[in-house]
Amino acid sequence: MTRRSPASLLRWLVWRDVTLAWRRRSDVFATLLFFVMVVTLFPLGVGPDTELLRAIAPGVVWVAALLAAMLSLARLFTEDHADGTLEQMLLTPQPLALVVGAKVLAQWLVSALPLILVAPIVAVQFGLWLDAPLVLTMSLVLGTPVILLVGAIGAALTLGLRGAGSLTSLLVMPLCVPTLVFGAGAVQGVVVSGAAEANLRLLAALLILAVLFAPWAAATALRISLE
Amino acid sequence: MLEARDLECVRGQRQLFAPVSFVTQPGDCYEVKGPNGSGKTSLLRMLCGLLPPTRGEVLWRGAPVSERREEYRAAITYVGHRPSVKQELTALENLLVSTALSGWDVSRHAARTALARLGLKGLEDMPGRRLSEGQQRRVALARLVACPTPVWFLDEVQAALDDTATRVITEVIEEHLADGGVAVIATHQPLDFVRHLSCRIELAA
Repeated sequence: MTRRSPASLLRWLVWRDVTLAWRRRSDVFATLLFFVMVVTLFPLGVGPDTELLRAIAPGVVWVAALLAAMLSLARLFTEDHADGTLEQMLLTPQPLALVVGAKVLAQWLVSALPLILVAPIVAVQFGLWLDAPLVLTMSLVLGTPVILLVGAIGAALTLGLRGAGSLTSLLVMPLCVPTLVFGAGAVQGVVVSGAAEANLRLLAALLILAVLFAPWAAATALRISLE
Repeated sequence: MLEARDLECVRGQRQLFAPVSFVTQPGDCYEVKGPNGSGKTSLLRMLCGLLPPTRGEVLWRGAPVSERREEYRAAITYVGHRPSVKQELTALENLLVSTALSGWDVSRHAARTALARLGLKGLEDMPGRRLSEGQQRRVALARLVACPTPVWFLDEVQAALDDTATRVITEVIEEHLADGGVAVIATHQPLDFVRHLSCRIELAA
């Protein structure tokens, strides 16, 4: 019996959360289905005006992704809190931010990654072709971790409160506005003028900031919530 | 080893318990007694660092735990009254994950041995949701066997356990004390099963 390295703890936690999600797949599919449904409702509601659909596509797909991420955030800490695992996580000799990072990474793998893979396909309904789906995928790859990381702070702050789910969304959504603007802006840019690089760079900068600060903030929020 | 200095707990407007102080030596077993709501769980959570004390401090090897947090966390095991067993993971997987969280690298073989010690032989691959409350509790307690930390905090250790399991956990605790470990056990039932009980902390209602 020896001491574990931080990397090994990270692997175990990611394995645990992914396995848990896989063994109750219905939750994962519900989030994915929600995303596909919301995105699909727009072409049906707006009608077959190609120009209009192409113009609203980036915003619609991004808002749907944001809402789907909000749905999955509600589950981030609540179950571990209810069965006492979270207390054990707070007592681990490794930094708590690492635990938060592992949970967000696992959450991204099970809830955001399927959504990112499906997004270029559902975007076809809006007449997004050529390099627009590629930019859409890139913007989601860079943007969804930011949403989840910022969301983790909100989820940690509202842990154990009544109506935590809606409160988390209220807290987190305003903070996600820059991500939404740059993400949708990148896709919009490639549709309109073929230039998406500036927005993607801004998204990457947001991601770096979120990775550097959000896990520590969420860890502190968790400690306060569990007192 | 572990020392509590004038620990006080105020929740809301109410003082839960009067200042509590004690110093533990290797091999000490402390029993925290008191009626429901007297702050047994709060005291344990305070000692392991989950709850900041309203006043007073906890010292580990002579220094406040806030100064050597990682060292302290690596030295303690806290088993709360909730079993922290995941319904979708098997007993073995649950134990392996919780030992990883405690910072220990436990082999599958060692984990199986620990589960067998708690009487869960043959149930290693049973998912948590199919284990009874007592069996889930045993999975949580198997961590004590698998991770040899010097200080144990046990909340309502006999809850949901049958006579056999109570006897096993008594043996486990006594071996731990004989090896120079420290145990702080909160209970409202008489804890006469641990023979060399060193001290009793009484909390008033």
